[in-house]
Amino acid sequence: MTDISKDAIAPPRSFLSQDAIQVFYRLLAALLICAVLAVLSDSFLSLGNILNVLRQASLTFFIASGLTLVVLTAGLDLSVGANVALSACIAGTVIHKTGSPALGILTGLACGGIVGLLNGVMVTALRIPSFIATYGMLWVLNGLTYWYMAGETLHDFPAGFRQIGSGYLFGLPIPVYLLLVFLGIGTLFAQRTIWGQEIYAIGANPVAARLSGIPVARRLLLVYAVSGTMAGLASIIFLSRLNSAEADIGESLTLPAIAAVLIGGTSLFGGVGTVFGTFIGALILTLVLNGMNLLSVSANWQPLVTGIIVILAVWLDMKTRRRAQ
Amino acid sequence: MREAAVVSQSNPLQRIPGVAIVLVLLIAVFGAIAPGFLSVANLSNVLVQSTILTMLALPMTLIIMTEGLDLSMGAVLTLTSLCVAIVSLATKSMLLGLGAGLLVGAAFGTVNGWLVAILGIPPFVATLGTLGMAQGLSLIVSDGQSVVGIPHSVRDIYSATLLGVPVPIVMALASYAAFHGLLYHTRFGTYIFALGGNREALRYAGLSPNRLLIAVYAIGGAMAGIAGLLMTARMNSGHPTAGLGLEFDAIAAVAVGGTSFERGNGWLLGTLLGVLSVGVLRNGLNLISLPSSVQVASVGVLVIVALFLDGLRSRA
Repeated sequence: MTDISKDAIAPPRSFLSQDAIQVFYRLLAALLICAVLAVLSDSFLSLGNILNVLRQASLTFFIASGLTLVVLTAGLDLSVGANVALSACIAGTVIHKTGSPALGILTGLACGGIVGLLNGVMVTALRIPSFIATYGMLWVLNGLTYWYMAGETLHDFPAGFRQIGSGYLFGLPIPVYLLLVFLGIGTLFAQRTIWGQEIYAIGANPVAARLSGIPVARRLLLVYAVSGTMAGLASIIFLSRLNSAEADIGESLTLPAIAAVLIGGTSLFGGVGTVFGTFIGALILTLVLNGMNLLSVSANWQPLVTGIIVILAVWLDMKTRRRAQ
Repeated sequence: MREAAVVSQSNPLQRIPGVAIVLVLLIAVFGAIAPGFLSVANLSNVLVQSTILTMLALPMTLIIMTEGLDLSMGAVLTLTSLCVAIVSLATKSMLLGLGAGLLVGAAFGTVNGWLVAILGIPPFVATLGTLGMAQGLSLIVSDGQSVVGIPHSVRDIYSATLLGVPVPIVMALASYAAFHGLLYHTRFGTYIFALGGNREALRYAGLSPNRLLIAVYAIGGAMAGIAGLLMTARMNSGHPTAGLGLEFDAIAAVAVGGTSFERGNGWLLGTLLGVLSVGVLRNGLNLISLPSSVQVASVGVLVIVALFLDGLRSRA
């Protein structure tokens, strides 16, 4: 009773401004981490390090942005890391065989997209819970990649192709420009298109979404395909930056991507979150890991810290939302 | 709760065909195409190699029955295996090593249960987080290196026999008996059925679903601790990636065995047959010299097919 009357008296809060407040808190947190790191480490504020953080964050963001859409529908894609590995290895092979980076890029994107589409089919047509379906996909992809590569490493890609991941334009790394482009596209798609709004509606209440005529299965297929394609894009950036492809490059990518989405304020229960929040999430996670690196903490600590951050992020999110209700 | 008990008694009979057919088919196919598959030495090898998976799949069945999941089990097994190796190396005592493994495993399981039950974090994300934590701790305590030179008393567990039966098999059978007794013949077992099927009923009965849920996850962690001892004994060392992906084989065994992810009914004997199916599949592919990567992929396909069939059955 009391809840209802309180809701009736309180002024209506617009959905977007609530999101804006959430993003603002996270920006503050990122700035706070920057301030602490600037005090603790002399090299943090160097131009080289800041560009390094941005480049690193952009890699996490590419994977995490597609994943954000999946999580907005209350799903999860655990196969993104393994998808990056397979797409990178296949794209690398195509570049080596044909000598054409463009063909390699297209193959990488297509490979990622097809894997995503298969995830979507498992979730919609076969009705397997997304976290199990994509977890199964993770191991299928892992097996395929290791079998395909048979312990080999691909390297020595054309210099022009390597520019994508390691080149600069007007003093900024090229991946940072790509990050801005996809941040813009992702935000516009999610906030300003009907399809984007339908994705929010599906996550908030799938039954209501279906009853109001949204083609739920088709939108879900789209969302998983986009997540896969973004993993394909990330594989291209990885390939060109590392200048090598191995079967195991995807193993340490999934947890950070999920962490970025959750730190960014996208709710696991669907319907709430923004692509911009995920960008801030990727930035915060990268800052923390970069800071550990600058303070000479062994890289062995990274999975432990990322795991703790994932749990903390979900818990904080649930707590603030419970209070907001 | 009576309803849950009825479900547990009637469904297994309908389910016997599913997983049993899978197992018989796999044995028939590999018996035909894989040289030496049906030899006594190889079959007993399959059994011994399935013991670690049995230790994980039994508690995984209980966890999945509560509509939960434990993705951290493989990583926790890695950590407990390292703990067994490090502690037994330092103290020269197998029992102290086992104690350390059990303690660390149960602690991780309790944390999982706490995150799921008290904080209400969805199980797959909570245990994904603890997966990262266990993986990180494994790297930290081992510094990324193998732990070698462990005492003979640990290694001998894997090769010793009791009345002619290998000790790992004795341990796996004893675990099965314990879980069977726990699930079907104690009140706690009935509560586990209710945790998945009808949590409200538990509350009305004056019980705390949260505490029961924590206990279920803690049992899973403790079993990963015992399995860690077997893993260390089998490899004669502790290795920071020893248990990588084992939780997936366990989930596969449970899914193939006919335990449902959504309706809170499980079948332990099905899980055991599921474990054997996964073991036969991996062993058979190995004998026809397909690399372990193909084995991993085929287990993935096995899970997806099993879940698809489970979905069909639930709609039928």
